[in-house]
Amino acid sequence: MLEIKNLHSSVTDDSNIKILNGVNLSISPGEVHVIMGPNGSGKSTLANLLMGRPDYEITEGEIKFDNKLINELPTDKRSHLGMFLAFQYPVEVPGVRPWQFLKASLDSKYEALDQEKISVREFNKIFEKNVEEVGIKSDLIKRSLNEGFSGGEKKRNEILQLKILKPKLAIMDETDSGLDIDALKVVSEGINSMRSEERSFLIVTHYQRLLNYVKPDFVHVLIGGEIVKSGRSELALEIENSGYKSYIT
Amino acid sequence: MADNFFPKSVQQFDQLYNKIEKKSYTDQKIQEIKNIAWDYFLSTGLPLHRRGNEEWKYTNLNPISEINFNLNQSNSDIKEINKLIPISSDWQNIIFIDGKISNQNFISNKEIIISKIDSINLPDEFATLAKPDSSPFTALNTAFFSEGILIEIPDNVIVQKDLNITFVNSNFSKNLITFPRVFLKCGENSELKLIENYINLSNSVNLTLPVLEIVQSKNSRIEHFRVQIENPYSFNIASTRILQKSNSNFFSTSFSTGAKIGRNDIHVLFDAPEAECGLYGLYISNGDQQQDSEISTTHSKPNCTSKQYYKGILSGNSKAVFSGKILVDKDAQQSDADQKDLNLLLSRNSEVYTKPSLEIYADDVTCAHGATAGNIDMDTLFYLQSRGLDLETAKVILIKGFAEEMINRFKPKDLRNYISNFIDDLIPVLRDQSDTIGTF
Repeated sequence: MLEIKNLHSSVTDDSNIKILNGVNLSISPGEVHVIMGPNGSGKSTLANLLMGRPDYEITEGEIKFDNKLINELPTDKRSHLGMFLAFQYPVEVPGVRPWQFLKASLDSKYEALDQEKISVREFNKIFEKNVEEVGIKSDLIKRSLNEGFSGGEKKRNEILQLKILKPKLAIMDETDSGLDIDALKVVSEGINSMRSEERSFLIVTHYQRLLNYVKPDFVHVLIGGEIVKSGRSELALEIENSGYKSYIT
Repeated sequence: MADNFFPKSVQQFDQLYNKIEKKSYTDQKIQEIKNIAWDYFLSTGLPLHRRGNEEWKYTNLNPISEINFNLNQSNSDIKEINKLIPISSDWQNIIFIDGKISNQNFISNKEIIISKIDSINLPDEFATLAKPDSSPFTALNTAFFSEGILIEIPDNVIVQKDLNITFVNSNFSKNLITFPRVFLKCGENSELKLIENYINLSNSVNLTLPVLEIVQSKNSRIEHFRVQIENPYSFNIASTRILQKSNSNFFSTSFSTGAKIGRNDIHVLFDAPEAECGLYGLYISNGDQQQDSEISTTHSKPNCTSKQYYKGILSGNSKAVFSGKILVDKDAQQSDADQKDLNLLLSRNSEVYTKPSLEIYADDVTCAHGATAGNIDMDTLFYLQSRGLDLETAKVILIKGFAEEMINRFKPKDLRNYISNFIDDLIPVLRDQSDTIGTF
C-alpha cells in the first residue's frame, strides 16, 4: 500500500537542513507499523512529508501509495486517495464547526471519487454515533473546531475524524502525547476499532505506552533521519528498557 | 483653527445651506441648535488637515471636498427598492430613500412612539450627546437635517418587533448628500432591538452623514445592529452617541463593508453605575476602500462593564483604522473594560492602523486590550487540506470562519442570512485581490 524508497528531505527555507537521510519503508494492507525515535530524529517530518506538507521538500527518493508515485501530489489529493494524518498539534479553526468541517471533507472525497454526496440526514446519523463513541461532549462539538479544546479533547477529535473519514492509511503523529490515561484508552480503542484487513496504520510515537493498548505488527527505530532497526513488537519493549543510546553512533 | 479652514469645501456647503436655510424649520429651539452647528462648521470646515489631528490622521478627506454634492431627491419606487435591500416582515420598517422618508404613516402604538424631530416634543437631551459643535460632520448633519425622527419607548415596554431603519441611496441618486438623524429614548425597564441599514443602489458618489443619539433609562436594554453597504465610490461618515443610565445594557454589532471611506464612530457614556455595553463589529474592505472604526467608551461612574471587540478582513490596497478608546474617570472604581481588534490581511498592500488608547484615572479597575494583524495560518491551511479540502475551498472556509463569530452576533435571522450571503459573494472578490495566502 505504502512504499517509501530512499527518501531524503530538507526544510524549504534558507537553512536547507537535512531531516531525512534515506528512509525505506513498506507497509502492506492491514498492517500496523510503529516508528519510534528520540526528539529531532525526523519522525514528525516523515509523517508530515507523507501527507505532502508544503514546507518540506523531497530532495531524493520516492513515495508510492497504491503503486502511484505521489511525491508531487497535493495534500488534498492524497487525502482523496485514502491517506490521513492525525496531527500532533491539531490546529484551532475559528468559526468552523466540526460538523460542517467533516461534511465538507467527506463531500470533497466523494466528489473526487465521482460518487454521490452523502445526505445531511445520513451524515447526521454517522456523526452523532461517532461523537458518542469517541466521547466528545455535545456542547463541545457545537463550538468551533478545536477552539478551547483541551489537549485530550483535540486528540479525541482527531479520532472522530479518523472514524468518519475511514482512510486506507492512517498516519498518527504522536497522537498519544500529552494524554491522560482515559484519553489514551479512547485513542487506542479508536485505532483498534478501525483496524481491518484493508486499513493500515503508521503510528509515530515517543513512548511504548500506547503499545500497551495497540499491538503493532512492526516497530522501526528512526534516528538521524534513517531507520536504523526494524523488528516485531518486542523491539518497543527493548527500547523502553534500554533507551535509544545503543542505536546512536 | 485657521489651518483647518479650507474655503473650497466650506463654500460648497455654504451654497447648499443657503438653499435650505429656514425653509423647513420654524421651531425656534431647533433653529438655535442648527445655528450653533453651522457657525461651528464655518469655523472649522472639513478636517482636511491631517498632521497633528489624531482623529483624522489616517483618513484623507480631500476626495469629499472635490465633489459638488447636491440635496435633490429623486422619486424612486419603494416597491422596487424593497426587493433590493435587507427587509423582513418580522420587522417594523422605516425606509428612507434618498434622504426622504418613504412611509409617512409613522408607527405609533403602545409599544413605540415615532414622530418627526420638528415636533414640539423635542426631548431635552436632543443634540446633547452629539453636540452641534463637537465635530465638523456632526455639525453638518445638525445644520442640514430635515427629516429626522424621534423614537420613544415608554417605560416597562418590551418591544416585540425589531425596529428597522434603512437609509437607501436609490439608483437615481447622483452626488447626493443626505443627513440621517435619529434620536431614540428608551424608558425604564424597556427593551428594543434596533436595526440600522445603509444601502447604496447607485453608481454615483454619494455622501451620507448620519447621527444617531440614544438615551437609555435605567434597566433598559438595547441591541443594535448596523449594516453599512454603500457603493465603493461613496462616503459614509457616521456618529452614534449613547448615554446609559444605571443597570442598562447596550449591545451593538456593526458590519461595515461599503463606501470608499466608511467611518463608524461610536461613543458610549456610562452616566450611572452598573451599566454594561458591548460594541462589536466586522469590517471588510478591498480595492482602495477605507474602513474607520472610532470606538470609545467613557466610564464616568463606578461598576460598569464595557467590551469592544472588532474584526477586520482586508484585501487589495485597502486600509482600515481601528481607534479604540477607553476612558475611566477618577470616580469610576471597579470598572471593567476589555478591548480587542483582530485583523486578517489578505494582501501585501492592505494596511491596518490599530491604536488602543486607554486613559485610566481610577485605581481599582480591570482593563485589557489586544490587537493582531496577520495572514491565514499555513498550519491551518495544511490541516484542512489534509482532510481533502482543496486549497481554494480551504481558504474560503477560513475567511468565512474568521467572520462567522461576528455574523452570528446579528440576531435578527433575516439580517444575519443577508449578511452571510453577502459575505459569501464578497469572498471571491477578496480572493482575487489577495496575493499573500497559499503561496507557502
